[in-house]
Amino acid sequence: MKILKLLTVMLVTLSAITTKLNGQGYNVGDMATDFNLENIDGNMVSLSDYKDAKGFIVTFTCNTCPYAVAYEDRIEALNKKYASKGFPVIAIMPNNTDVMPGDNMKAMQERAKSKGFTFPYLTDKGQKIYPQYGATKTPHIYILEKTIAGNEVKYIGAIDDNYQDAKAVKVKYVENAVDALLKGEVVKVKETKAIGCTIKV
Amino acid sequence: MKNVAVLVLLILMSCKDTSTTNEIIKPEIVPNVAQLEADRQFEVYDYDGLAPLLNKTDGKVHIVNFWATWCAPCIKELPYFEAVNEKYKDKGVELLLVSLDFPNKYDTALQPFIEKNNLKAKVVALDDVDQNRWIPAIAEEWSGAIPATIIYSNDKRQFYEKSFTQQELETELKQFLK
Repeated sequence: MKILKLLTVMLVTLSAITTKLNGQGYNVGDMATDFNLENIDGNMVSLSDYKDAKGFIVTFTCNTCPYAVAYEDRIEALNKKYASKGFPVIAIMPNNTDVMPGDNMKAMQERAKSKGFTFPYLTDKGQKIYPQYGATKTPHIYILEKTIAGNEVKYIGAIDDNYQDAKAVKVKYVENAVDALLKGEVVKVKETKAIGCTIKV
Repeated sequence: MKNVAVLVLLILMSCKDTSTTNEIIKPEIVPNVAQLEADRQFEVYDYDGLAPLLNKTDGKVHIVNFWATWCAPCIKELPYFEAVNEKYKDKGVELLLVSLDFPNKYDTALQPFIEKNNLKAKVVALDDVDQNRWIPAIAEEWSGAIPATIIYSNDKRQFYEKSFTQQELETELKQFLK
């Protein structure tokens, strides 16, 4: 069993390395890795902690990117709407805080407090998780559905189709995807593209 | 937009008329929207307006860099692009800087940046919220992170989602120069 575990770790590390090299990461249909990352309240958070969840809205975001900031209220609204339905938002800050001090733990705590975030805001310390997912920018969303085999990636991309004006949004990609999963339907739009800030290494 | 300025002016004037105190009104502190727009050293396009600039068939080698004033790695590499443009412009190289700044920052961030850094290359701003349409149209492999760069000449085209050093940029450019 130990050898198996070691092998898995090696494989995961290896795939993380290749991911970084070819810039790919997960596709829709892949099983997403769990993690154990520090939250702004000092606790460690894993997906496996959420026994009753049906899935997750994993959101790579940060304090310092104008696009991420433009979406802060909408990310909070997603959590308010879907956490109780079994799809909580799990936000992960992927930047190297030596490069972006505005994204350090203290700054994350302050931002979460001032904005009243109700979702966990985790820091990807050591930057091991985002490359496995293949996140390249903030904000970058991965919707996962809990299955017997693991957390399956169901959607990758943007929150909606208007970063400038929440009121002018025509298509709510993330809401549509989660609504479909809640109804047991197929997610129609599985991947979208949006501009974001490069994750700082 | 001119109408807005007129409206602002009208409101100001009406304030003055009804004002019973000796309040001094300083119209010069009201931003003159029309004037700001007239002072811009860049044009604003949606994707359909931008597309022809990304697909010229004039035999020149075009470097198109997608950037924004808020994007630190973009700002870092901009001087390399400007330097390469200066160095190779006699060889038919043309640089286009496509800003992805938010429209509400055009006059407060983008225009001041162009002035302060004395940018020589042509700058345009892309204002089109339907990113899911134009990102894959510009380059299928583009995830949407910036900086991103295209080098093309007629039908030959290469897309880069990465930061450049000046040397790296010259190396890539030389593949396009005869």
